[in-house]
Amino acid sequence: MRRAFIISIPYLWLVALFLIPFAIVFKLSLSDPAVAIPPYVPTLDLSTGWTGFKDFLSQLDMENFIWLTEDNLYWKAYLSSVKIAFFSTVFTLLIGFPIAYGMAQAPKEWQATLMMLIILPFWTSFLIRVYAWMGILSNEGFLNQFLLWTGFISEPLQIINTNIAVYIGIVYTYLPFMVLPIYATLEKLDPSYLEAAEDLGCSRTSAFWSVTAPLSKPGVIAGCFLVFIPVVGEFVIPSLLGGSRTLMIGKVLWDEFFSNRDWPVASAVAVILLLILVIPIILFQKQQERAQEAES
Amino acid sequence: MSTDPFRPWEDPQATPLIRFENVTKRFGAFVAVDNLSLDIYEKEFFALLGASGCGKTTLMRMLAGFEKPTEGRITLNGVDIAPIPVNKRDINMMFQSYALFPHLTVADNIAFGLKRSDMPKAEIAGRVDEMLNLVQLSQFAKRKPHQISGGQRQRVALARSLARNPKVLLLDEPLAALDKKLRQETQFELMDIQGKLGTTFMIVTHDQEEAMTVASRVAVMNAGVIKQIATPDAIYERPNSAYVADFIGEVNLIDGKVTSGTEKSCKIIWQGGTITAQPRAKLAKGTEVRYAIRPEKVVISASKPEATNAIKGKVLDIAYLGNISTYHVETDSGQIIKAQLTNVRRLSQRSFAWEDPVWLSWTETAGIVLTE
Amino acid sequence: MKRFTLFNITSLTLGFAFLYVPILILIIFSFNASRLVTVWAGFSTKWYGKLLQNEAFLDAAWVTLKVGILSSCIATVLGTAAAMVMVRSGKFFGRTLFSGMIYAPLVMPEVITGLSLLLLFISLGVERGVMTIVLAHATFSMCYVSVVVSSRLVSFDQSLEEAALDLGCSQFDAFKSVTLPIIAPAVISGWLLAFTLSLDDLVIASFTTGPSATTLPIKIYSAVRLGVSPEINALSTLLIGAVTIGVITASLVTKRAAVHRKRHEEMARQAEG
Repeated sequence: MRRAFIISIPYLWLVALFLIPFAIVFKLSLSDPAVAIPPYVPTLDLSTGWTGFKDFLSQLDMENFIWLTEDNLYWKAYLSSVKIAFFSTVFTLLIGFPIAYGMAQAPKEWQATLMMLIILPFWTSFLIRVYAWMGILSNEGFLNQFLLWTGFISEPLQIINTNIAVYIGIVYTYLPFMVLPIYATLEKLDPSYLEAAEDLGCSRTSAFWSVTAPLSKPGVIAGCFLVFIPVVGEFVIPSLLGGSRTLMIGKVLWDEFFSNRDWPVASAVAVILLLILVIPIILFQKQQERAQEAES
Repeated sequence: MSTDPFRPWEDPQATPLIRFENVTKRFGAFVAVDNLSLDIYEKEFFALLGASGCGKTTLMRMLAGFEKPTEGRITLNGVDIAPIPVNKRDINMMFQSYALFPHLTVADNIAFGLKRSDMPKAEIAGRVDEMLNLVQLSQFAKRKPHQISGGQRQRVALARSLARNPKVLLLDEPLAALDKKLRQETQFELMDIQGKLGTTFMIVTHDQEEAMTVASRVAVMNAGVIKQIATPDAIYERPNSAYVADFIGEVNLIDGKVTSGTEKSCKIIWQGGTITAQPRAKLAKGTEVRYAIRPEKVVISASKPEATNAIKGKVLDIAYLGNISTYHVETDSGQIIKAQLTNVRRLSQRSFAWEDPVWLSWTETAGIVLTE
Repeated sequence: MKRFTLFNITSLTLGFAFLYVPILILIIFSFNASRLVTVWAGFSTKWYGKLLQNEAFLDAAWVTLKVGILSSCIATVLGTAAAMVMVRSGKFFGRTLFSGMIYAPLVMPEVITGLSLLLLFISLGVERGVMTIVLAHATFSMCYVSVVVSSRLVSFDQSLEEAALDLGCSQFDAFKSVTLPIIAPAVISGWLLAFTLSLDDLVIASFTTGPSATTLPIKIYSAVRLGVSPEINALSTLLIGAVTIGVITASLVTKRAAVHRKRHEEMARQAEG
């Protein structure tokens, strides 16, 4: 009885504020926009009973989804979001792994400090960290001044408002999400595995590739999910660092909703985004559960 | 027993396989191994025995190549091994945690070292099968380490470290993770495999029973130095110091002073009377000594016995261990001396009880006189 | 085996430089006398003065603080309960759905969460403002709290709770007087995490707010879209300073507690020997 009570509170909360809202998004994606408040039809009026519900159902259609397939913008935005998310995950991994490895190899008394240094940016505002790059990447910004000073370039490069700036921003802000899970697995790695590998004839490099790398897989996978999934729907970074040619679906959804006030299309965009992400999200959840089971 | 027992350390012509020559290892200010010299011969099953922190693991890790000596040198077959990196040494190690790679199957674990040797690819599978047979795990080849039992894991670790056919196999507390029964069985398996292969084994352990069972020679280590190197029976019967006597098995240590003596016999005076004993060499009058006697060599009787050494006391405590009982006897002068009796009769027929006055006695050759 | 090799030092130095140089530049230019944020024109604190006179920013800061405290408290209670359910309840009807709802918001794109919550509030006819942001923030941050707390609960020795029950505690009593004090550090870090997530959030707040409530990130975003400005640098510096002091204090407190504990254990050992 008491157990059921404890289960029910967070359960009902999540059903009410997480699951039901998705159902509404789904329903709305099948509605049509209208000049009204709220700006869509049909609205469900329960006072008319069963016929009202049937009437309501009959007015739902796939029109928004058809519209999404017909307009190139959406396809391109989805593809480009997935592409940007994929490559920035790869870059984040390439930069994050050596950092996590260096942290795990550092002397014990250093590890707490290094850990804090990785977490600190994570606690500071995301928005501020993206903003910091606006000043650096702009045409008169720091990077250009530095490159001009070194003589690598003779006139400022256009970095801000390009995809390069978006990549930099993503790698920068998501780096801790990659470093922390990798560090956690590397730190737990029994050093006698490496000693055993060397004892059995491995050089340091081959011991890394045949033991450390495969055993750090859970951390790498978790890190990649933690970067890839949210980046696909990222809004702030493309909006502040990207240009008009940076197509990302999070930004399209935002514009569709706030600028065009086309709620049904925005909902349809969200539903498709969710469909794209549902497989990685399920994989991520399964992996998290497995990791937790392995620990207990 | 063969007629020609395996005792290369007594043969001055024999050349040792491994030599530690004045090896010292420091970690900062801490001296883990202190100016230590040691010879180990081919085909030996050598045990390093000591409490944790005595330097035995450091000694072994220097041989494996994970640590470098601060001073001195280690040779294998007469060649200084300092410049040879871990992965090129003809020495393999079985780790205390086994360190079986969790992402590889049993067979792949065993093949791991072979793939990094000059063995042709085609022969690897055959060698893996051979090793699996040796440790009787053929049917588990495809399992992952977490899918087999602790005892099986121990055998996989053994097979993996033997697969490359090393000159020396180092075993770091190889049986510590097993329960007592399995440990005893495994000790005999280890001896069996060592005998079959003829590889030199060096085992590091804190378990004296394990060292005594498996080893041809035992080195007792304390605080970075070797206190004694001898065969198991010599270590037990003729310890060279109070430390070794106390570390191996149970012992009564009695402090006293030599009053008179020859090379064959001496008299030691202590709080509870006089002891007649056989020293290893003539001891000057007035030498402070410790007399060590094992509880099982002390006879307990109700009336005064006809013996060189006899002393009166009363039973303070009885520890019943099943096969034997240990009696804690308080002498008239207040010392406590332990005596062990084999329980040949049933408990109810026991001859001595708490508070009983008894006599303790032992022969002249039963104990040993120690000067350190 | 643990040591700094050249490779490790290089990767750590470059990595941390990448993480911190942009923030340092941001802070330095908050003290720039010029309005141009890229050209140094002498030291000045005038932007801080301007900032403190800007009532719109101050109002937004107040709203953000209110939302942060309320939502993180709700999230902590719900998240701890959810962690107890995840770790302790074994199998129950809908467990997979439940764990899905716990893990999904961690990676769910904010635009989707924001949009869906907004549509919920509209269809319920709720007036949007501080309360709707609080509900939205509590919902996604409870999942973070739950992950943090359950990682601690997994290693929690359940026999402690059983001992409490054996000594006469009721279930609730045992939780309150044994489990909670032991998992308290995790619960507190969960709260801190929820609080920062709330202070940080732009997207979900933008969707779920109404005209009556503007949070600091919304305010910053609308200012920043027009380009860099030293006033924002000053505001950022203040926020970064607050967070840094908070994180360093927290880590010092935990470190001191650990040192204390070690010293006490040593004294106890000496007293014994």
